Amino acid sequence: MSCRYRHRGCWRRSTRLLIRGAALANITLPDQLAHVAGGARELTLDVEDYRDLINALEKRFPGMRDAAADFGVAIDGQIYQDPLLEEIEPDSEVFFVPRIEGG
Amino acid sequence: MAEANDYKYVGTRPVRPDGVDKVTGRAQYGADPILPGLIHGKILRSPHAHANIISIDASKAEALPGVFAVVSGSDFAGEVSDVAKNVMARDKVVYHGHAVAAVAARSPQIANEALKLIEVEYEVLPHVLDVREAMHEDAPLINPDCFTGGLPEKPEKPSNVAMVHTFVRGDLDEGYELADIVLEREYTVPMAHQGYIEPHGCVAQANEGGRATVWCSTQGHFEFRAQTSKILGMEMADLKFVATEIGGGFGGKTVVYLEPVAVRLSQKAGRPVKMQMSREEVFRATGPTSGTHATAKIGVKRDGTITAGHVRIAMEAGGFAGAPAMPAAMAVFAPYEIENFKAESLDVLVNKPKVAAYRAPGAPQSMHAFESLIDEAAIALGMDPIDIRLVNAAKEGTQAPYGPKFPTIGFVECLEAAKAHPAYQAPIPEGAGRGLAVGFWFNIGNQSSAEVRVNDDGSVMVVEGSPDIGGSRASMCLMAAETLGVEYESIRALVGDTESTGFCNTTGGSRTTFATGMAVVQACEAVIADCKARAAKTWGMDEDQVEWQDGQAVPAPGVNAEVEPLSLAQIAANAARTGGPIAGRASLNARGAGASFAVNFADVAVDSDTGSVEVLRYTAIQDAGTAIHPDYVEGQMQGGAAQGIGWALNEEYIFNGDGVMENAGFLDYRIPVASDLPMIDCQIVEVPNPTHPYGVRGVGETPIVPPLATIGNAVARATGVRINELPLSPPRVLAALDAAAD
Repeated sequence: MSCRYRHRGCWRRSTRLLIRGAALANITLPDQLAHVAGGARELTLDVEDYRDLINALEKRFPGMRDAAADFGVAIDGQIYQDPLLEEIEPDSEVFFVPRIEGG
Repeated sequence: MAEANDYKYVGTRPVRPDGVDKVTGRAQYGADPILPGLIHGKILRSPHAHANIISIDASKAEALPGVFAVVSGSDFAGEVSDVAKNVMARDKVVYHGHAVAAVAARSPQIANEALKLIEVEYEVLPHVLDVREAMHEDAPLINPDCFTGGLPEKPEKPSNVAMVHTFVRGDLDEGYELADIVLEREYTVPMAHQGYIEPHGCVAQANEGGRATVWCSTQGHFEFRAQTSKILGMEMADLKFVATEIGGGFGGKTVVYLEPVAVRLSQKAGRPVKMQMSREEVFRATGPTSGTHATAKIGVKRDGTITAGHVRIAMEAGGFAGAPAMPAAMAVFAPYEIENFKAESLDVLVNKPKVAAYRAPGAPQSMHAFESLIDEAAIALGMDPIDIRLVNAAKEGTQAPYGPKFPTIGFVECLEAAKAHPAYQAPIPEGAGRGLAVGFWFNIGNQSSAEVRVNDDGSVMVVEGSPDIGGSRASMCLMAAETLGVEYESIRALVGDTESTGFCNTTGGSRTTFATGMAVVQACEAVIADCKARAAKTWGMDEDQVEWQDGQAVPAPGVNAEVEPLSLAQIAANAARTGGPIAGRASLNARGAGASFAVNFADVAVDSDTGSVEVLRYTAIQDAGTAIHPDYVEGQMQGGAAQGIGWALNEEYIFNGDGVMENAGFLDYRIPVASDLPMIDCQIVEVPNPTHPYGVRGVGETPIVPPLATIGNAVARATGVRINELPLSPPRVLAALDAAAD
């Protein structure tokens, strides 16, 4: 599965796209990002990884890329403070989570 | 409640490796390095809480014999960030004690004389100290470019509110409708300092080639290097930072104050420069944590179910934005499964020192409000304070208020441990009150690196880049011993400088034993893989025919070979013949930090004549995941409890009408000493974090969260009078008791 369905001719990719018709990742935006999304807090998107997600959000809500720069992301309960290529599965629950530091 | 495991070293309590040097005075702290030609730097600080700087004339100071260099804001060529402006003011001072210039001279006395000769012309501005007053429309504006962020629309006018954070779920009104009781209160928590015993100190030596070395007391020398390079406009590669031993940090040593100034002075003077703050400077000019004002509301059913919760907390940022408002809002409801909640927090500028991190930043203040309110609700319902929390407790699968579902957590286990604890089962002493509260911190991972080197004799060196503020070197050695299968005593750990070890994020957020520990384990696994390959080569086998057991390479089960096991020491002794030195490295961005919950309870007695509160008994219970070195875990729990008790009972910044802190010393800023406290009894709960090889969660942040409300609740139950403004100092308690009696 190393290709992660990216190769256009990959059978896994086309299969995944078919499956995707029925199952989309559930994205939840915190207040700060919902402002950029015109008040939308929850949406469903067909994305493969975090980079896809940011690209999709930026396309739909210009300015989201910059607004989300200070956030990490939780995908199915796992928090990534510095995400880039973390995979997002169909039906994944995705939350933007502010970056935490500490003392 | 510790889970049974087969660990040989993890969970034991060996003698700390840094102990001998610390108790004999040999340990080197930030201001201890002595170099040939060393001179001394001192800082001129603002006498005003808020003023424009019209001009600075340092010509008389520069002419004083023995003075080598004078710098002010214009000498710093890098980016002009808030951190940079806090290190050295540019056109404006925003709190009393703000640095405006610095001198390097042959002696501290000459440097101090030179400071008096620097002429600064100020235009004094009105100041604001109180967080509520700072939010008024007509309050003095500290930063005219500050437009509140986090709102749907950018405000038309600037204000002192830098940011608003909101986390919301469900419908508050519906939640209150479902409740049998609804309570609403206001809470005030004072600005408080971390109170580390070692003041900030450093030595910097710049050379003519444009490079500089800095020895300093820091929680993160890589971060200090990055901040200094930005402030001075230097390449990171031209700066070498050495983390000395550290006499406490608790979050307060995560940002630079002196280091860029010392480098700049050294560059101008051509000599190494030592800088060390006095305790007074530490109080006046380094980051405390925010004073806060909160309003909180709760709706509860008769069975204890919380139907709605609302907390709005305004947090003092100091003269620059940056209060820990976001984690305050994220943490406040984290221990509970509540369908309807709203957490709002505001980052508010006031003319006080710029705040810095302090253990679990923001959570003690916000959770003080809600934990106090839950206690009132429990009393109103006639419920045990543990039972009401058990009804609502977050568990695996609970959706955290900040978004994701909790993985394996140990909050219920902590509550159950508290309920079964002998101190909780014991009767409350006559006239005393017992208070209980809980705490939470997220814990984090982030980037870490480690290298494990095996010497010829089989002894092992662990080199990592996380300054040891809580015993992490011992914990690294224990994890290395467990992984390699060799004696703890054969391993040494070293915190390398920024040139000799890989990048590590700052020690903070309870990340080091988790994340750097993970790197150490991976580096040990690389050593094991290498050793297995060498044993295979020695025995003429394939690598997959060799296993590692109890610190030895042995043939895998089913492999028919008449060979003796090879220990790490034996393989190391033959390293030159099998490929050269043995070393393993790992660099990672650690994922899967496990949240940590705590439950504290205390018995207190209140002297009705003086208002003095005596803590009779204090118990701290916390889920550590796995306690790698239980002494250090308990040390963190006890230290956090002591700091929290001090904050609850005595600690506060007191300013006069001119915005000058009046209690900038340990005689008047009253942190608890040993005689003020009972033994802090600790119980470590171990619900392992499944994402760490040994189940570590991290423990340093959470312990300071519960004590504020624990003490407040105990005082309320002892006296029947609830005081929602901290600290519960004798005059305040006495006034409240008198008012209640009238």
